[in-house]
Amino acid sequence: MAVRDNVVNTIAAFSLFADLTGPQLEEVAHLFDESFFGQGERILRQGVSGSGFYVILEGAAGIRVDNVDRSVLKAGDYFGEISSLLGEVPVSDIVAETPLRCLVLPAGELEGFLTKHPRIMYRLLQGEARKLKNTTKWLS
Amino acid sequence: MAELAQQPFPPGRYRLILVGSGPGGLQLSYSLTRLGIDHAVLSDDPAPGGMFRRWPVFQRMLSWTKPFTGVDQHERAYERFDWNSLLADEAPNRAVMPALMDGTSYFPSRPEMQKGLETFAHRTGIQVRYGTRWESTKVIPSPARGGGQGGGQDFVLTTSDGEYRAPLVVFAVGVAQPYRPPIPGLEQVPHYGDFRPVETYKDRRLFIVGKQNSGFEIATGLLPWARQLVLASPSPTKLSVNTHTLVGVRARYLQPYEDAALAGGVIILDATIEEVKQEGARYRVRTRNPAGRELTITADDVIAATGFVTPLRDLPALGVATFGQSRLPAQTPFWESATVPGIYFAGTITQGSAGLKKHGIPSNSGAVQGHRYNARVLARHLAETHFGLHTARPQVKPADVVPYLLRELSRGPELWHQRSYLAHVINLDRDDGISDEGILPLADFIDGRGHDAVAVTLESNGQGDPYPAVYLRKDRVVSEHLLTADPLLQFEDQDHDRQLKEILEPVLSPSASPA
Repeated sequence: MAVRDNVVNTIAAFSLFADLTGPQLEEVAHLFDESFFGQGERILRQGVSGSGFYVILEGAAGIRVDNVDRSVLKAGDYFGEISSLLGEVPVSDIVAETPLRCLVLPAGELEGFLTKHPRIMYRLLQGEARKLKNTTKWLS
Repeated sequence: MAELAQQPFPPGRYRLILVGSGPGGLQLSYSLTRLGIDHAVLSDDPAPGGMFRRWPVFQRMLSWTKPFTGVDQHERAYERFDWNSLLADEAPNRAVMPALMDGTSYFPSRPEMQKGLETFAHRTGIQVRYGTRWESTKVIPSPARGGGQGGGQDFVLTTSDGEYRAPLVVFAVGVAQPYRPPIPGLEQVPHYGDFRPVETYKDRRLFIVGKQNSGFEIATGLLPWARQLVLASPSPTKLSVNTHTLVGVRARYLQPYEDAALAGGVIILDATIEEVKQEGARYRVRTRNPAGRELTITADDVIAATGFVTPLRDLPALGVATFGQSRLPAQTPFWESATVPGIYFAGTITQGSAGLKKHGIPSNSGAVQGHRYNARVLARHLAETHFGLHTARPQVKPADVVPYLLRELSRGPELWHQRSYLAHVINLDRDDGISDEGILPLADFIDGRGHDAVAVTLESNGQGDPYPAVYLRKDRVVSEHLLTADPLLQFEDQDHDRQLKEILEPVLSPSASPA
């Protein structure tokens, strides 16, 4: 079974990595670790340091703040970027709603990764802009 | 035939079956036996040792045993310095390894490691049915529980000696099945495990696919033999001396790295290997770096140092989820399959239970010094959850909690070897009093919703010295508290005493005393 090949094929369809060439996608697949979480397992823990930047390969995850479910993330979505970029503890739990397969990069490696791959940084920035827009709409 | 007749564990039904006789299987069997848990142990091998009966190919371990430490070798605290001995409760069976080593290195030779495992198994009387190959697995309703609806289930292991049944099975079969990534032509080249005698590489140009420890081990061993060495893989090499963890190439194998850095002839490439093509007696290896530049290298030999996968046979068809290049089974914090209850894992496979992996740093469960503690925790967990055994939780006086935890943080080998993964837990329940829960998986503690309690562990952030981390569960909410590091790695001092007391004040003060 071509495990890494499957990862490369999967992430090639994600908007975050849409601008990468084949070798660059393979580099990403090697640079990130793959993790699996059983249903109900916590991936990010509110208030606990040392987390990372996660990209969902398969499955769904819930965002939970103070034990209240907020929204659901699916394949191609990512999380942990806020705590990674700010160097702070996560402000929410991320919980696997189904068996969940992710790629993960330690928070301390995110800056180097993004500056080395400006197109991914731009795509991430677009994603953050969408989140900000939705939050602003929700608040107004 | 006489030997066969003396084999323990004939085919039949058992309450628990353990497969494997490497360090993981031996440690779990020992720990289960100490708790009085009957179980059968099956192994395809002819004797104890697992993968250490063959590897590493250059016959020297990467894990050290430091003989002289100022700590008695038969004390528990010595385990921090001895990464290779299995754990025994009774002093005479502890620290088997240092007595077997010849003093030329603090990394045991492979034969010394094999001898150490054999010695432990012999001295502690571990029973294994050797030469019995697990071939396939199925699930049937359990006759012992009535079967059918509402009943339990049995796993049926078909082996070379017949059928075995049990409601619980622990697989300690290592991560030792050679893996080759799907690179065209790579299936034709030898794997790390097929390495030939060194002299056959004399004055030859060698291309090594893979830049992790196995690739650098081969490169190190061939420096005096090969004409040129090329190592390649897509991502840059990490070094353990930089990551401050076992992540990355270990210092013992750094000589090829220095050779490349000083332009001595070793070449290290960050590139995708696109194709390996045999042309006559030689190979042409086509590579491409992330910038898109293609480079084709001609070599006399190509070796795939591309790692290993877990030999799970038909377990994925039973529903056991796997992940990652090593195809590790996804596991709960107590090393049970995340998708098939009743199937557990021991030994190096327990790295599939990742824990918190804070700062991206994995546990040491992939190595003996880590998974030997997992086995001890798993044995107690199995005994208490499946066999109705309750092990004692010693009471602790409120005034003793802080010095006790600081002593464990300074000397407890579980916390040093399984940082941010295993924790020492003290129950602070107001009804039951303060009791010592012992060593538990940190993830289970943090995600649990139990009574007030405190868990301590050591943590690293990949940059400086390790530091104590304290997790306090109060009113079902867990808070994290990181203590300061200490350059001498000692935490039994006034400063750490003050830090820990401040954290525990809300639950240990007289007004909050559970006593």
